[in-house]
Amino acid sequence: MSDNQTPAPALLNPRSARSGKNNYELYSWLFMRISGIILVFLVLGHLFIMNILDGGVQRINFGFVAGRWASPFWQVWDLLQLWLAMLHGGNGLRTIINDYAENDRTRSFLKYLLLVTVVFIVLLGTLVIFTFDPNIS
Amino acid sequence: MRKSKTAVVNTQSPATDSDLSIPQSFTVTVSVRRFNPDVDQETYLQDFEVEMYATDRVLDALHKIKWEQDGSLSFRRSCGHGICGSDAMRINGLNRLACKTLMKDLDVTKPIIIEAIKGLPLEKDLIVDMEPFFAAYREVLPFLMPSGAEPERERIQSQEDRARFDDSTKCILCAACTTSCPVFWTDNQYFGPQAIVGAHRFIFDSRDSGAASRLEVLNSKEGVWRCRTTFNCTDACPRGIQITQAIAEVKQALIRGKI
Repeated sequence: MSDNQTPAPALLNPRSARSGKNNYELYSWLFMRISGIILVFLVLGHLFIMNILDGGVQRINFGFVAGRWASPFWQVWDLLQLWLAMLHGGNGLRTIINDYAENDRTRSFLKYLLLVTVVFIVLLGTLVIFTFDPNIS
Repeated sequence: MRKSKTAVVNTQSPATDSDLSIPQSFTVTVSVRRFNPDVDQETYLQDFEVEMYATDRVLDALHKIKWEQDGSLSFRRSCGHGICGSDAMRINGLNRLACKTLMKDLDVTKPIIIEAIKGLPLEKDLIVDMEPFFAAYREVLPFLMPSGAEPERERIQSQEDRARFDDSTKCILCAACTTSCPVFWTDNQYFGPQAIVGAHRFIFDSRDSGAASRLEVLNSKEGVWRCRTTFNCTDACPRGIQITQAIAEVKQALIRGKI
């Protein structure tokens, strides 16, 4: 210790050690921006088609959905919308849990629950889009 | 007392022009959030009535309370002119320097609520423990890290290169920005706007070559990516630093460096 320097006092709530070089948060941040921009077009387009165009929501029934999913274009549109919305929303909730969950066990439990939910909905939705049978009885 | 003498002088001087009005004093209620760790379990608001002029600062009101009404009131101040950064506090819910907030800019018909800045450990009345804030600043290596042999004269820099980081040199480490940040409030782990501004000042300095080390610190879990661009910091800065923009520039530097 040099003569005229006092050591910095210990902190009550020290920052946890940085875990090596890791660009996870960078990519996560970038993903939110890019998926957000794409979702603006996908979701607004979806809402316009479903609720406003040709009679809007009144015409939606089993046949309408079956007709749309016969085309690979709408399959890709809906798949992209599902994946991006789930990952965008899931990642947003992850940051909120990181912010507001006060103890580590609550935090990891909530994030685990979130992960399970996102994976379940994404897989179920993907399965339905690809295995949809218009002739189901 | 000095203020009322001034008023007396003004009354005696002949007012040749009727438009030259004599400054009028008024009574304002100052509601201070008090806390004495030796006695109190919780903080509480205590009202004080002080006579003020429109040109007085909130700091003058605190001085009047401390010197004339309650000597136990504790707050930090040093220069009193917006440069030392000692007297950041929450005035009517907004982080401001008490020495740069004038009575004329506040609604004096209602009590002025004065509280300690939020998110740092409260020590007494308006005094918080600034150490976590300074620790975050130290982590971004806020000093010049030149490379190569030491030059025989000054390190020359063009005016354009100097202008690149001019805004972030204005920081006075008052903590108004960091303690206005809702992300910092959550768990105090986020480095906070001030540390990022402090890093920005050197990252964009053409004479410095430590940018990679600073960017690595700010690329961590508690670094710039926790910023949600709520602009609270920019609104709070008594030096008018465009903090959110500085944070965005650091994000850009990281993205350009990694991709």
